[in-house]
Order: sequence, then structure tokens, then C-alpha cells
Amino acid sequence: MTPMVRAEQVCKSFGALKVLKGVTLEIGRGQVLVLVGPSGSGKSTFLRCINHLEQVNAGRLYVDGDLIGYRERGVKLHEMSPRDAAKQRRDIGMVFQHFNLFPHRTALANIIEAPMQVKGVKRDKAVARGRDLLDQVGLSDKAEAYPAQLSGGQQQRVAIARALAMDPKLMLFDEPTSALDPELVGEVLEVMKKLATEGMTMVVVTHEMGFAREVGNQLVFMDGGVIVESGDPREVLSNPKQERTKAFLSKVM
Amino acid sequence: MTDVDAPPSGGPAAIDAVPLRHPWRWVAALVIVILLGLFLYGAATNPAYSWSTYREYLFNERILLGVVHTLELTVLSMVLAIVLGVLLSVMRLSGNPVFRAVSWVYLWIFRGTPIYVQLAFWGLIPVIYRKIQLGVPFFGPTFFHLDLQSLTIPFLLATLGLALNEAAYMAEIIRAGISSVPEGQMEASTALGMSWGMAMRRTVLPQAMRVIIPPTGNEVISMLKTTSLVTAVPYSFDLYSIATREIAARIFDPVPMLLVASTWYLLVTSILMVGQFYLERYFSRGASRKLTSKQLEALAKAQLGGIP
Repeated sequence: MTPMVRAEQVCKSFGALKVLKGVTLEIGRGQVLVLVGPSGSGKSTFLRCINHLEQVNAGRLYVDGDLIGYRERGVKLHEMSPRDAAKQRRDIGMVFQHFNLFPHRTALANIIEAPMQVKGVKRDKAVARGRDLLDQVGLSDKAEAYPAQLSGGQQQRVAIARALAMDPKLMLFDEPTSALDPELVGEVLEVMKKLATEGMTMVVVTHEMGFAREVGNQLVFMDGGVIVESGDPREVLSNPKQERTKAFLSKVM
Repeated sequence: MTDVDAPPSGGPAAIDAVPLRHPWRWVAALVIVILLGLFLYGAATNPAYSWSTYREYLFNERILLGVVHTLELTVLSMVLAIVLGVLLSVMRLSGNPVFRAVSWVYLWIFRGTPIYVQLAFWGLIPVIYRKIQLGVPFFGPTFFHLDLQSLTIPFLLATLGLALNEAAYMAEIIRAGISSVPEGQMEASTALGMSWGMAMRRTVLPQAMRVIIPPTGNEVISMLKTTSLVTAVPYSFDLYSIATREIAARIFDPVPMLLVASTWYLLVTSILMVGQFYLERYFSRGASRKLTSKQLEALAKAQLGGIP
């Protein structure tokens, strides 16, 4: 069976600045991969490459067997049209550090927006599914609230529901709890934990080591645009092999 | 047994303080009322104002016709300007370098020359081009034909002249609005599989509206008054032309006619301001965390229910 994500020597640079210097990894179906590392290590950039928010400069990145961002014709790669790129992104959900909910739409309207506009789902169907998702993230009473009226934790849970509404096969989380008050972190992690147990394939950039230990199947420590160490989270967290990993973990744990 | 969390019954009495006095407000008000009274008395007794002429012409048929034409010019040119402005600003922000260049050159020309000169230029179009035809050149069929010598042309040219000039300003207002929407909004839309155009239409532009509406309201009001420049085309059936060129010139009494025109401009502006208020309120939904009175009521009810 093909893995959900396969990265081969993925490189990304912004001008002269090299952010990713050859990242190779695989994520199996239903697996949860936790990406950790100091800021500027390239973990968020790698995450953004997976759904082509950033274009890979070298190497190959496959999601569910499909090359991301390019068409392969013979030996030549062709840049993908925006339409095809948008089609690829439909199946990949993304949750942002700053939620990025649509402030001019209610919680429910945020969730049904993409299914209706992008996939052409009928309104009543989208609404029924939207209410179901709100219920799953514990916010069934907030359907008509605007994002500005919700707490950070509630906003992030709506954002997760919004991504799930597209029925993605893969979910990307870019520091989903970093912008939250400490007391609100738990409710978001709880939703993510539930998602993981339901068999969702997830890539999570986070500083929550407890979450990594409990939910992660694989932990990848990145620094300076390369993978320094990876393996079973419990193993890596309690028994890091590399000096840089040890130094980083001693600061965050 | 007492519950420490429960508020003490009754609680402290509400504060009943003597309000701060503001004597200078009263002095300023008195001075202004006196000055205003003097001015009104002067205006009422000065024969140059000829209030009888003002009353006679306020609801004159020609004046009302002028009001209608002025409104037509304002609405038509503004609608055209907004459509063109959206197009120009989206072109300016798009990834296509040809679109960006076209938009920039348009802005450079139409914002860089005076509206009066532009209107005069539009007025000369029938001299430069006698008629406009669209079809296959030489022996082919004609699909569209416009005779620029016809009598209705000045109105069309005036509308176009105002609209094309205004479009340049609207483009800048809309571009500022679009730039005010955080980048994360476009990103979130993109991540959900929306195309650039759809994200623009569904996510970015509706949020930009909150920033776009107030200056656009200004532009509409400004346009209402700029229509008085169409005399450069020359188009002479708008409110200002009829009041001054037609009637005041005939009765040799410009002051009351200017007052008549001002009254109507002021009235229409007031109506536009009310419209702007409601538009602003509509597009600011979700922008504030303030709750609506309905939501507040529900919360207060929940709080009351929670206290035993």
C-alpha cells in the first residue's frame, strides 16, 4: 500500500535562503506524525509544501501517490495549473496557528463555505453535515456565533471542523495551540486526539510534547532544514540520541 | 449553610454622585446661537436673497428635471466606475504582468489629468470620430452602429467621462480595501481548495467592503456635485446647468437660484448619508465582538437561570 505522504529529498529556498535542505520521510495511512524543532527549523515550511502553499524547489513530494505541485511527463516536470493545484488541496485539510476563520461568516457558515462553493454540495446537506461536525467538536450551540465572539479555543475547534467538512484524507496542523491561552489548549488537543483515534492521517507541528507522546506514531525532530532525529515519540522523547535533540528537548520539557 | 460564590443579597447600593458641571459648553452654545440669529435675521431681510424667487423656483418643473438628470448621471457613472474599479484593482493585484501594467497606465492617465479637461475631451469625441461601427472591416457586415452626431450623445459622453475618471479613484480605494484583509484569509481559502478568483469573491472582497464603503460613500457624494462639471461636454440638463445657465441667466437673479440648487444637492446628500449608514452596518457584521441586543438578552437570561 502506498504511504499517505512520501517526501524524497524535499528542498525549498526563498531566494538565497535555504529553508529545507533535503527532507525525506514517509507517513503511513492513519498515522500521526509529530514535527518538532526550534523556530526557523523549516517544520512549518515543510508542512506548507505538503499542500502546495509553498512550491518545492527540488526533490519530490507525494500525497496518496500523487506528485504535489507538478505533472510528470516523461522525465520533464511541468508546473501545475492553479485549477489542478486547487483540486489537490481539496483532499488535504489544514489548520493554522492563527485559525484564519472567515470573520464575516458565522461558525456554521465558515464550515459549509468550501463544501458548497468548491464541491457544489447542496445547502441542506452541507448544513446538516456542518451541524454534525460542530457537535463533534463540542460547539453545537455556537453555530450562529461569529468568530470574534468565540474564545481562541472555540475558534480553533471551528477551524478544525471547517477543514474536516471537505472530508480530507490528510490533516495538517500548523502549531494549532501556540496562539491559545494555556487553559484553552486542552480542549483543542482533545479534539485532535479524538480525530487520531478515528484513524485520520495527521501531520502536526507542535510544541506539546505530551500530545506527541500520547498520540504520535512517529516523531520527527528538525533543525536547520534537515531531519536530525526521528522515531517512536516515547523513545525519542525519553532517550534522544543526538546532541541537538537533547538540547532542544531540555528547553521545552 | 452559605455559598461563598453567591453574591450577597442586595449588594452595595448603586452610586448616586453629583454630575460634573460643564459651564463652558453653555457659554459656547449661547455665543453660537446669537451669531446664528444675527445671520438668519440678515438673510431674511436682505433683498439680494429674493426669497420669493427661491420659493417660486424650488419646485419648478425644470429644476426637478435637473435633479432627475443629476441623479441619473451620478448613479450611472458611479455604478460604471465601481465595476471598472473592481476590475482595475483586481488586475493590479493579479499575477499577470500585462494586466498589472494596463491597470497602472490607466490610473496614471485618468488620475493624472483634471476631470474638467477629460470631460471637454469627451465632448470633442463626436468631432474626432463621426460615428462608431463594430463589424468586419471593408466589405463585411456591421454588428453595431453608433451615430455620434445624435442628440442623446452628450448625456452618454458625460456619463462615460465621469465614470472613467472616477474608476481610477475607485480602483485605489478598492485596492486599499483588499490589501487590508489579512494574508491568512487568502491562505485559508486556498487551503480549502478555492481558486484565486473564488477566494477573492467569497472571502477577500466581502471583508474589504468594510474598508471600501466609507470612502466610496464620500465618492458618491462627491460625484453628485462633480456632475455640475458636465457643462464642459457640454451637457446642459443637470441641476446646476438648469438653475444657473438656463433660469438665472434668464431672470437675472443668480443668488436665489444657487440657493435652490444647493437645497436639492443637500437633500440628496442627506439621503445618501442614510444609505451609507445602513451599508456600513451590514458589512461590519462579525467585525466586532460586541453582542447584539438579542444575544445579550439570551446571555442575561442564562445568568439569571444559573443563580439559585
